[in-house]
Amino acid sequence: MLTQLQVLGQKGVRIIESIGRATVLLLNSILWGGPGSAGFKDLVKQIYSVGVQSLVIIIVAGFFVGMVLGLQGYSILVDFGSETALGIMVSLTLLRELGPVVTALLFAGRAGSSLTAEIGLMKATEQLAAMEMMGVDPLKRVITPRLWAGIISMPILAILFSLVGIWGGAFVAIDLVGIDEGAYWGNMQGAVEFYNDVVKGIIKSIVFGVVVTWIAVYQGYSAIPTSEGIGKATTQTVVISSLAVLGLDFVLTAMMLGGL
Amino acid sequence: MSDRQSYITIENLSFYRGERAVFKDLSVSFPRGKVTAIVGPSGTGKTTLLKLIGGQLTPESGTIIVDGNDLQQLSRTAMLELRRESMGMLFQSGALFTDLNVFENVAFPVRTHTDLPESLIRHLVLMKLEAVGLRGTRDLMPAELSGGMARRIALARSIVMDPDLVMYDEPFTGLDPVSLGMIVKLIKSLNEALGLTSLLVTHDIEESCSIADYLCVLSGGKVLAFGEPQELLNSENAEVRQFLRGEPDGPMPFHYPAADYRQDLLQGVD
Amino acid sequence: MKTRFIEMSVGAFMVLGIVALVTMAFRVSGLSGDTFAETYTVKAYFENLGGLTERAKVSLAGVNIGRVKRIYLDKDRYSAVVEMEINKNVDNLSADSSAAIMTAGILGEKYIAISVGAEDEFLQDNDWIDDTQSAVILEELIGRFLYNMSNSND
Repeated sequence: MLTQLQVLGQKGVRIIESIGRATVLLLNSILWGGPGSAGFKDLVKQIYSVGVQSLVIIIVAGFFVGMVLGLQGYSILVDFGSETALGIMVSLTLLRELGPVVTALLFAGRAGSSLTAEIGLMKATEQLAAMEMMGVDPLKRVITPRLWAGIISMPILAILFSLVGIWGGAFVAIDLVGIDEGAYWGNMQGAVEFYNDVVKGIIKSIVFGVVVTWIAVYQGYSAIPTSEGIGKATTQTVVISSLAVLGLDFVLTAMMLGGL
Repeated sequence: MSDRQSYITIENLSFYRGERAVFKDLSVSFPRGKVTAIVGPSGTGKTTLLKLIGGQLTPESGTIIVDGNDLQQLSRTAMLELRRESMGMLFQSGALFTDLNVFENVAFPVRTHTDLPESLIRHLVLMKLEAVGLRGTRDLMPAELSGGMARRIALARSIVMDPDLVMYDEPFTGLDPVSLGMIVKLIKSLNEALGLTSLLVTHDIEESCSIADYLCVLSGGKVLAFGEPQELLNSENAEVRQFLRGEPDGPMPFHYPAADYRQDLLQGVD
Repeated sequence: MKTRFIEMSVGAFMVLGIVALVTMAFRVSGLSGDTFAETYTVKAYFENLGGLTERAKVSLAGVNIGRVKRIYLDKDRYSAVVEMEINKNVDNLSADSSAAIMTAGILGEKYIAISVGAEDEFLQDNDWIDDTQSAVILEELIGRFLYNMSNSND
């Protein structure tokens, strides 16, 4: 019984240790290095690999999510005679919640895991050690541009997700279900507020971008440099960042609704 | 060995990995301008020693002096500078940056540390590539190179800043005989031509004996023997002889400790 | 060649993001040129706001002419004071106009409807609207209905 507690305690200590190391990594990478640490060209390459290559999955997912929202939303609202509020429901749900959160989850799966694998592989093939031996700080050269690429790409992806989702919802509502086009868009415009809804959604997605990219990069950097170790690190990235996003979402939503 | 003669002086070095002492009170000097091969059984920490010399790891106690600099006393920036100016390292896997082509890989240290104009960089890179015989590969990506070629390019990269010390981590492992011969030739000729101090970590006794000026045999966290290859081959120490001659049984036993053979076999029959 | 493709697509990506943001701002959230137009302030007392909030619409004949800027309590009169921002180019509201709190749509969002009176003078900046009608409270309505019902049974 005591040994089990010991094991649990040890695990807890190790978790706190890794959070500490991860924070040091983050501070060293971001505080002392701006986006251009490895050159503008490298930043562009990273944004391409992390942002542009996630476009397809984000847009397709956004469209489907928007359509489902339209369908489900209609079936719920019609019982209350409030189908005209469908536009409001779809847009607010997407802008405030689903946009940032689902995008972050998809981002963690696609971009996060690839970041972890890439950095883990660089560690395993001793590229990071080689940089160190040449007197080049691998943090500034490898980690910093990837962190910034994630922070820049996430909000863009989240907005695109929401936008495509709203159109998906419109497609279902107007073409399939038969709601009046004016009702959908007009009511939406009346209810959606730029500062409260759009901007706060963007703030959420920036926070998620930082968290997901940070976790992905740390897992790669501290992975055990074997193929098994990298596989494990990749899985952990997806799991940990997904949970972190969902947990943070609650905290942020509470803060925002409570009165930011 | 006098200070002028020795490039690296290590005194009373202790390094632990977890609870295990990798080195305990290790003292050794590596002579300037010569090729020294560091050999020993697997896992004695030969690569760890290189990392300690390169400042990537910090010892628990003891001093490491590289070219007159006490590594413990150096600040982070001074350490980075020492690495930049004086050290080159060839990793076992070559460790070329997979996202850059051959030219960019060799040019990397120059670009990062100096402000030399493009034309000068081009000259430097091409010269080093020519020295390893691979000037024609300059536009290829690392993935397109064979193992031997990748290692030669990595060698070019490690000498591009004209260091004083080059450390080779298992340079002969996994190469075909032809590439092997090339690397051996390169290590020796570069050492002569550039007046380098070379440290070779390897299992390959034959090759290292052919080019090394000195052999350092590490075992059990201590220096078992240090001297010229011929001397050591005829050593009185049984362990040294077994290792250098590749004898399958000796102080390092063939059999993993186990119960009595006869008993073990008979127990299975009942 | 490949680098050019990468650079172009990243550029397109960023532009797409900005376009999406702008579309979101104007098409989805109803931000319009009016939001940045010049306004003047008009105030009114109400007995019961019934759920009117700041940034609620102010409309004349169904057309949006402004927003509720601030709501606060007048402790001496025990009434709510509503400050409205009206578009500068709607400068012909007569001084005896009336303001009523109405409910928009089924979801019960409250807004202020202005009806123009007959006077020649117009409302200026910081003028008061005297004729106001408070929100219709559902509970009062039901109460009155029940009261009338029981009365007519006598």
